[in-house]
Amino acid sequence: MARYSIFALARNALRRHRDWPLAWRSPEPKAAYDAIIVGGGGHGLATAYYLAKRHGITNVAVLEKGWIGGGNTGRNTTIVRSNYLHDESAGIYDHALKLWEGLSQELNFNVMFSARGVINLAHDEHEARELRRRVFANQLAGVDAEWLTPLQLKEFCPILNVDPGMRYPVLGGALQRRAGTARHDAVAWGYARGADGRGVDIIQNCEVTGFDIRDGQVRGVRTTRGEIAAPKVGVVAAGHSSVLAEMAGLRLPIQSHPLQALVSEPVKPVMPTVVMSNAVHAYMSQSDKGELVIGAGIDSYNSYAQRGSLPVIEETIQAVVELFPITSRLKMMRQWAGIVDVCPDASPIIGLTPVEGLYFNCGWGTGGFKATPGSGHVFAHTIARDEPHAINAPFTLDRFHSGTLVAEHGAAAVAH
Amino acid sequence: MAQPFRTAEGGRIDRSRSLAFTFDGREMRGHPGDTLASALLANGNRLVGRSFKYHRPRGLLAAGGEEPNGLVRLRRGGRAEPNVRATLAELYDGLTAESQNRWPSLNFDLGAVTGLATPLFPAGFYYKTFMWPPAWWPAYEGVIRRMAGLGRAPAAADPDRYDHRHDHCDVLVVGGGPAGLAAAQWAARTGARVILADEGSEFGGSLLSGNESLDGKPAMAWAERILAELAAAGNVHLLPRTTVSGYYDHNYLGMLERVADHLAEPADNQPRQRLWKVRAGQVVLATGALERPLVFADNDRPGVMLASAAQSYVNRYGVRPGDRAVLVGNNDSAYPAALDLAAAGVRVAALVDLRPEAHLDWLARLDEQGIEVMAGRAVTGVEGRDGVRGVRIAKLSDDGKGIVGGVGREVECDLLCMSGGWTPSLHLFSQSGGKLLWDEGLASFRPGEAVQAVRVVGAAAGRFDLTACLAAGAEAGNAAANDSGHRRRGRGPRRPTAEEMPPPLAARPMFLIPGGRGKRFVDFQEDVTAADLQLAVREGYRSVEHVKRYTTAGMGTDQGRTTNVNALGVVAQELDVSVPEVGHTTFRPPFSPVTFGALAGRQVGELLDPLRRTPMHGWHQANGAVFEPVGQWLRPYYYPAPGEDMQAAVNREVKAARHSLAVMDATTLGKIDIQGPDAAEFLNRVYTNGWKALKVGSCRYGLMLGEEGMVMDDGVTARLGEGHFHMTTTTGNAASVLAWLENWSQTEWPELRVYCNSCTEHWAVVSISGPNARKLMAELCDDVDLSPEAFPFMTWRQGTVAGLPARIFRVSFTGELSYEINVPAGCGLNLWQTVLAAGEKYGITPFGTEAMHVLRAEVGFIIVGQETDGTVTPLDLGMDWIVSRKKDFLGKRSLSRSDTARDDRPQLVGLLTEDPNLRVPEGAQLIPGSDPRPPVASQGHVTSSYESPNLGRTFAMGLLQGGGERHGEVVHVAFDGRAAPATVTAPRFFDPEGSRARG
Repeated sequence: MARYSIFALARNALRRHRDWPLAWRSPEPKAAYDAIIVGGGGHGLATAYYLAKRHGITNVAVLEKGWIGGGNTGRNTTIVRSNYLHDESAGIYDHALKLWEGLSQELNFNVMFSARGVINLAHDEHEARELRRRVFANQLAGVDAEWLTPLQLKEFCPILNVDPGMRYPVLGGALQRRAGTARHDAVAWGYARGADGRGVDIIQNCEVTGFDIRDGQVRGVRTTRGEIAAPKVGVVAAGHSSVLAEMAGLRLPIQSHPLQALVSEPVKPVMPTVVMSNAVHAYMSQSDKGELVIGAGIDSYNSYAQRGSLPVIEETIQAVVELFPITSRLKMMRQWAGIVDVCPDASPIIGLTPVEGLYFNCGWGTGGFKATPGSGHVFAHTIARDEPHAINAPFTLDRFHSGTLVAEHGAAAVAH
Repeated sequence: MAQPFRTAEGGRIDRSRSLAFTFDGREMRGHPGDTLASALLANGNRLVGRSFKYHRPRGLLAAGGEEPNGLVRLRRGGRAEPNVRATLAELYDGLTAESQNRWPSLNFDLGAVTGLATPLFPAGFYYKTFMWPPAWWPAYEGVIRRMAGLGRAPAAADPDRYDHRHDHCDVLVVGGGPAGLAAAQWAARTGARVILADEGSEFGGSLLSGNESLDGKPAMAWAERILAELAAAGNVHLLPRTTVSGYYDHNYLGMLERVADHLAEPADNQPRQRLWKVRAGQVVLATGALERPLVFADNDRPGVMLASAAQSYVNRYGVRPGDRAVLVGNNDSAYPAALDLAAAGVRVAALVDLRPEAHLDWLARLDEQGIEVMAGRAVTGVEGRDGVRGVRIAKLSDDGKGIVGGVGREVECDLLCMSGGWTPSLHLFSQSGGKLLWDEGLASFRPGEAVQAVRVVGAAAGRFDLTACLAAGAEAGNAAANDSGHRRRGRGPRRPTAEEMPPPLAARPMFLIPGGRGKRFVDFQEDVTAADLQLAVREGYRSVEHVKRYTTAGMGTDQGRTTNVNALGVVAQELDVSVPEVGHTTFRPPFSPVTFGALAGRQVGELLDPLRRTPMHGWHQANGAVFEPVGQWLRPYYYPAPGEDMQAAVNREVKAARHSLAVMDATTLGKIDIQGPDAAEFLNRVYTNGWKALKVGSCRYGLMLGEEGMVMDDGVTARLGEGHFHMTTTTGNAASVLAWLENWSQTEWPELRVYCNSCTEHWAVVSISGPNARKLMAELCDDVDLSPEAFPFMTWRQGTVAGLPARIFRVSFTGELSYEINVPAGCGLNLWQTVLAAGEKYGITPFGTEAMHVLRAEVGFIIVGQETDGTVTPLDLGMDWIVSRKKDFLGKRSLSRSDTARDDRPQLVGLLTEDPNLRVPEGAQLIPGSDPRPPVASQGHVTSSYESPNLGRTFAMGLLQGGGERHGEVVHVAFDGRAAPATVTAPRFFDPEGSRARG
């Protein structure tokens, strides 16, 4: 794999950029692999990457029904943070955040992780209490968190409205400084390139239509490009997790909803951080390109169609204009939706299933992107060792039977 | 003042009036009817902006909404708006505009130095560099961010107002060109309700910029006649300056009407813009087609524009976009454009036709004007950096992939008009779910099968013959009206006939013109070149979505309107496949950017969310209450006396309740009226305790659990009659509890005869509390026996209080003798004032939510959402007494799950800090040891924490792992790096027997 650097750019510039190697190949699927990952999003590609890199399992195929990174990886609002309430969640999200911090170097692909801080606003005493609780819990767990007063918030983010006369005044906010944003597409591409360079086959336009399961053991998958055998199959197909689970005879406690997002036209830098508000529901950051990136709420109906409705956008923009009055004359350039798989406790499922050799990683709800490196890392471990990593051990499918839930509704940011 | 490029006559401008405007401070003049773009051209100002990445000088490419280069910052101060397309900005007197993305000035832009290093900046270069040293990334990113972005956001709040309008219509016609006008006319004649919307300031579409004739008269005369007919009809709504931007499910469309953007500022009571949300029975899309640029070297120089744009500038605006023109095209469109330019006094140096043979009929007409036509040739380069000075014309090889016969010849000119063919405008059709089909002859997509009730006509359907477009429009308008249930009586309008045009000669699709050395731009706004697209493909980014995202082609504010098809063509060529094999990217709303303010509408500021106030709100306000938002309500938080801080006020209020009498406005509590023969059975299923035996006239406290067995809400419910209950909920959960009840009664237990109705706002509630409460009641009420025997705790009575009909509930949240008096909402203030006056002798004291919280915590009552967080069972709260073992109820099964049934779960405890003056913050964590340095596993958290004047110290409640068995143990309360020791107690601090409330 040719290394990327300013020197490589300069060298290639002299050759008019004719000699750049493929970022990843587009091979035909082989008849059999040691492991198959279903789903070529960030999580799936990361899983393949860590299988190859950390566990030496390189005879791996990533099967993607469309184009890699085309699901929620390419549809989210790129926020990365780890300030969840419970130790279990802080464990996996902070594991991910630590990997984010060195990811560009790890992958030799600039994923533009920008630790610009994430602020969660409190608009009433109840929210303030819950946010403070999260700050105190994070401090004990070793996750950086601090409480800012309205004036400190204004200083950190000058376009934020902290007028006490607001309909829902800002009482304060929790700040995680290490949190921030990253370039979503680059994460998929960087992991794809890294995995491909270690021998993983990335197979696009290859939809899984069924599992070959005999004697309680997975033997492979059926796809639109033929049958492919493998003793281990990891499924990471957010938005369609339940559909795939059903093919394997499993029922997941998941509801699928459209979640919308939008961007403004690009403007010069105005937004130095990420601000999230639950009560006045909106969150906003600014991309390197200058677009304001805004997350809306979920559409309450269940759907697999990646399109949302206008009223949700209206409510979100009302909140944005209230929180950031200078945005009123800016314009929405694009809106879109992804499908989020939401678990009853707003935490993911990562681990073994009743079918031997079949593993699921799903139910990330609205929070999947930020977990990408950590999720791939522990899922690779789970697949390679046939047992969960300590970090994902709490996130079993079984917890919905036992009641050992990891309730993160408050910290998951989008109201479920 | 002179406008050197204004034609002597013609155009749809009002030459009798002159308007002043400035661009980058330079004063110029134009006429009503001009856009900022046409006025700039009239004044000879060709440089309008700098490109996004390379900061190349740019001029106008288009004359309409597809303009990628001419983005300006319009107006100043709070009304400033970045990224306005100059081609859509109508000129008004005093308009001010600034160029963007340049420093220090448009003519001298330091950013253009990036142009020197362009070989280092191919597509996606930023993914390959800025990684070393890692610590420098924030600095790199800062520079990237400053270089990126287009215009500057305004610095002040927006003074203008925006409206929303909901509407229905039988037929929505999008686009007021010839096909759209015909569709609207035919639909309107049936009596159907019709909306006709067009982005432009005037209806007419392509007719405004051309010089076609219909039935031997100018085509605009026909258009004006139709418009007059439509305007006079009572069933038609004409919406100029209205862009249909989003096509959602079930024929729901969003449209942005620019009500006052053509004025210096909105008139009084006028919104700036209006967002229309229309549910249309049928939609006719007559959205036209856009001309494509040709992709050749340096095709972005100021002075290179679309042939149709040049035609529009001369015909519609009376502006010569140059003195000496060359035209180049791969289809017939450049020919009439050449004639129009010549007629307007532009010297046309040559017309270059990419096709091997010129169009002979047109050739003859150009010959008459002395215009040279060069067929089988292409423009392979442009001279001039800040403006076109000449073009290089060379002969194409037979396969079009190379140049033959040398570098060709140079022709001097200052205007180059290009036509790369036409792209039907199908964004809305695609948004509606319609499939797009590749049309080889058109070298573009045309509409395929529709999914919603929509028809596509005219150029949008790939038809360019005016007579045929009019016929198709008429037919679609008529059919759409028929499908919405309207039929025309009598004959339809006469169908006009356009003058005969020379028969079209097939275009020569060519997505990349060979030759030349300069950059060949595919996306002007995003600065994406053909080489960028080719590089992406070479690097393996083969999916069209990957190419788009890697290069950013088509991701600009113009939504890639002039880009997409060319980009697909270049990618297909590089992959050596056909364009339909490449596919196309998804068209996402909006078609054209929509102002945030317009999306928000009136729901900003205090109208963001409905504000609910109780009937007594005015009194609270007049008496100095500090309020806190609770859900949508504003509740008095505390009532500070002069000189008092919050704590002093709360202490005074708390003491009054314990020692004499206090009063609270409890109106906001959720109230649900439940009726039906099965009402008791229904409550028995939703509450954890039994309800069937409750007597009429009695009240009971109930807990509701979610399906996972966790506490969801609580409240007191009273039995008003055999099949009639009055339920109360927490203030914040009133709506969600009602939805929960409805969900169960409607979808799971439809056999139960029970009906639920919110009556929260029907009643005003005055709650009096304290040892003197009964005495006060006795003074106000003489038709109820108030003795403890006759009216005991947890019962209710109907009676008259202060002369008002009232339901009196003997319930208590403070732990004191209390009465909650419910009167019709309109009587609330009356009752409140009467109670205060009568209670004066007892020193009656109004108390707010904070004092209420202290009072209830002293006696160990929980607040749902404070002591609970969706993970707490009744057993965790020590409320085993309320969980029935006999009957089933919602959530019961979950309580027996292995983890939920554990006995070391976090359980509610009291906490008394070693330092009696330390009030720990709510949310602080509970840890066993005294060292709070991470990582420390938390054992729970503080849910409530107060100072109590009755206890003479602080106290707290919290959820602690296995806390029920840990009373007496010392734990540590961790917050902000501290760990304060505290003793675990039972969660009840005052009146442990609860005798005061029963008294």
